[in-house]
Amino acid sequence: MSRSDWEVVIGLEVHAQLNTASKIFSGASTAFGAEPNVQACAVDIALPGVLPVLNRGAVERAIRFGLAIGAHVASKSVFARKNYFYPDLPKGYQISQFELPVVQGGEITIRIGEGDKAYEKTVQLTRAHLEEDAGKSLHEDFHGMSGIDLNRAGTPLLEIVSEPDMRSSAEAVAYARALHALVRWIDICDGNMQEGSFRCDANVSVRRPGGPLGTRREIKNLNSFRFLQQAIDYEVQWQIGTIEDGGKIQQATVLFDPDTGETRMMRSKEDAHDYRYFPDPDLLPLVVSKEWIEEVRRGMPELPEAMKGRFINEYGLSAYDATTLTASKEVANFFEDTVQSAGSAQAKPCANWVMGDLAARLNREEKDISASAVSSVQLGGLVGRIADGTISNNIGKKVFEALWNGEGTSADAVIESQGLRQTNDAGAIEAMIDEVLAANQKSVEEFRAGKEKAFNALVGQVMKASKGKANPAQVNELLKRKLEG
Amino acid sequence: MIHASLTELRAALDAKRISSVELATLFLDRIEQQNPALNAFITVNRDGALAAARAADARIAAGNAGPLTGIPLAHKDVFCTEGVLTTCGSKMLSNFVSPYDAHVVALLKAAGAVNLGKTNMDEFAMGSSNENSHYGPVKNPWDATRIPGGSSGGSAAAVAARLAPIATGTDTGGSVRQPAGHTGITGIKPTYGVVSRYGMIAYASSLDQGGAFGASAADCAQLLTAMAGFDARDSTSLERPAEDYAREIAAPANDKPLAGLRIGLPREFFAEGMAEDVRTAVDAALDEYRKLGATTVEVSLPNAKLAIPAYYVIAPAEASSNLSRFDGVRYGHRAAEYRDLAEMYAKSRAEGFGAEVKRRILVGTYVLSHGYYDAYYLQAQKLRRLIAQDFQAAFAQCDVIAGPTSPTTAWAIGEKADDPVQMYLSDIYTIAVNLAGLPGLSHPCGFGGGNLPVGLQLIGDYFSEARLLGTAHQYQQATDWHLRRPA
Repeated sequence: MSRSDWEVVIGLEVHAQLNTASKIFSGASTAFGAEPNVQACAVDIALPGVLPVLNRGAVERAIRFGLAIGAHVASKSVFARKNYFYPDLPKGYQISQFELPVVQGGEITIRIGEGDKAYEKTVQLTRAHLEEDAGKSLHEDFHGMSGIDLNRAGTPLLEIVSEPDMRSSAEAVAYARALHALVRWIDICDGNMQEGSFRCDANVSVRRPGGPLGTRREIKNLNSFRFLQQAIDYEVQWQIGTIEDGGKIQQATVLFDPDTGETRMMRSKEDAHDYRYFPDPDLLPLVVSKEWIEEVRRGMPELPEAMKGRFINEYGLSAYDATTLTASKEVANFFEDTVQSAGSAQAKPCANWVMGDLAARLNREEKDISASAVSSVQLGGLVGRIADGTISNNIGKKVFEALWNGEGTSADAVIESQGLRQTNDAGAIEAMIDEVLAANQKSVEEFRAGKEKAFNALVGQVMKASKGKANPAQVNELLKRKLEG
Repeated sequence: MIHASLTELRAALDAKRISSVELATLFLDRIEQQNPALNAFITVNRDGALAAARAADARIAAGNAGPLTGIPLAHKDVFCTEGVLTTCGSKMLSNFVSPYDAHVVALLKAAGAVNLGKTNMDEFAMGSSNENSHYGPVKNPWDATRIPGGSSGGSAAAVAARLAPIATGTDTGGSVRQPAGHTGITGIKPTYGVVSRYGMIAYASSLDQGGAFGASAADCAQLLTAMAGFDARDSTSLERPAEDYAREIAAPANDKPLAGLRIGLPREFFAEGMAEDVRTAVDAALDEYRKLGATTVEVSLPNAKLAIPAYYVIAPAEASSNLSRFDGVRYGHRAAEYRDLAEMYAKSRAEGFGAEVKRRILVGTYVLSHGYYDAYYLQAQKLRRLIAQDFQAAFAQCDVIAGPTSPTTAWAIGEKADDPVQMYLSDIYTIAVNLAGLPGLSHPCGFGGGNLPVGLQLIGDYFSEARLLGTAHQYQQATDWHLRRPA
């Protein structure tokens, strides 16, 4: 059997760290990077007698997520205890939601691939539930012992579980990226993957198309999109190879080693814990009222799908442009601010600038749009000057470079100081045309012999003579008149 | 002064007939003399108590005294006390000095009460006899060969022997009411959620509730008033206006001060199982209540007999999880030698916990296990709801429920030590109250064989603490059982 006879089935569990200032069940800070154990209070280190108190900010963020994916936000959900022993789990149990999660269902539309091969797909979500993170065990630098850092213990997490709807690593990565963009868009998670704020577990299995689901293996703790893709690709090949060699897949939890690009078994199903879940008697059921949901809804930002539709309708952008511009909230906001500055009639050129020259420049310098050297107001001003004929599109690129390099505070300032204003003076342009025609008799003859290309060469010469400042439309028109006249 | 009521102590302190330091010294010296025989205290807080007493005297002198300012008390060692050893009766915490005060401890500290020390208890509040303490059994002041009851046996014995005028306790299945009954004093467990559990080392979170011991209902009312109140750090704490639990403590208006009070007598509590000497004392007490104007009516709690099995699923289940934090990693006992992490856990916990604690952890782990959860834990929760419904049905017919606190008087130390199920059955009358979350009170109502105290339990509807205390107070105005002291 060949590779194409197998269907890949992937479901993702994503742990998104919620960006609350304090922990989910205590008042300790959640800031990253502090000295070990300085951000662990009595509750976090589980002193005898301490009790958890739920942080409503974490719940509010979960509601926001539920609304963003069109899920059911449960009016009543329950915190349970997941019991297991580990030194970085101070209470000997993790407080998590088990049977009744706060967010149930929902969906996310993803776009996979580029150009003609691009397609859209809607991934169903199973649930998203609130839970606390554990601390960290540090096995190096302690002379054969382990160090425990409880700063992270009690950090709020939203565990987002998808249905097994993805059929390739590309779909899995597209889903993870869409989710990553969404949690940042609605400002519930900083999305910092290096710091572990957004971690993916991938459940992977293979099957014959239309057949029953295969046995899955879970790849734990993938903290970059590249690793997610590599790990799934390796795992799929491994599973197909194993089955084709007559083996069977055993349910297991595996780890991905970025150095070797391979997955290796962490524990088999037989070693799986019995977590002895039961409702946490220290916490009452979480009740979310309709009023609370409405209050959160009123505070929701416009969501990417809605914004995309508005860009198409309001600005007349293509679906492709609208999708690209709403890939992140920062880009979308930059675009809208640019349009506001240039005037809404200039939405299409604004989109071209943001997706074109600006994106290329940011890419080259590996910068985020939030760190753009050209502000949206500056870019809007620039687009406006192209639109009103003050400068040509080509001079615009020059002005953009100048703004990027800090050579002026606005497009107008750069145009003035560098004398880039477009020449619309017909007399002056005619004079330049005459000079060019006189010096390029050969081209003139070629044009008259029917070579259209020669005309473009002459336009180029005139533009060159004007140092790019001549109005190109005017040059075209006057030159044509001269040659035909 | 040793036998004075809180009202009398308050008057003496305010009139400067005695200073708080003198009063504390009186009790501290008495503890020093008698505790070696009784073993009621694990830790005597002499220096801390005297410092608090000095501060109380200054407060009294400045005219800022509250009802409990300068009054000595003792805390069950389940409550965390900042800077003071807090063992919970366990070897596991035999080195644990708490860095913070429990909410109850902080409230009483702020009220100016003087903490004489920490009282002995069954390890992690698991037991009915106080024999399960790492620090050895507590003796009943009425007969040193007898148990004082548990798990708050140290607090009960301390108050009964007047080593402290009042003491705190906790009641998960009867741990305040049962030892109060066995030692001839008054004890109240309020409605679940009235007293904050913050800083009260958890045994079974959904059942644990702080309570008060005193010689009389009047003393208990004052202590409970100071202990109770909403605490945002306990999510199960009830957000209600503060109450004066002594508001129904009043002098009898006439010779029928309880006229109109309907006392329900659960048929199931008066069936077989109750010892004859207990029955005699309880019947006499009910006669007394009728003399005071109350009427009695038979009620039924058909599911009460299922309280013990339900309790011994729910409480161990919660305990098995609550006690997971005692792993030797961050504080508490850690085995001296171990080869790896698993052995560190196993040895530290095997060495740190006593037999009854281990038994309940095992039972709890079992009932929560995959495949058993529905059959045990969920069934027990259903029973719990049925038991609570029974009480509500009964309260449609009566105002308070009365019956024996325990089926027998205090038994001999060692008598039931090898038979945990017999021990569990001794809590037959108290456990249902915890499962329903209701308030319950035990007051002395006479003596049985061997001159051992008998307790009468009053059970009220939710938030009826003031009524229970007021009812018991009227009884105590007409009787003197609560004034009897062990030799």
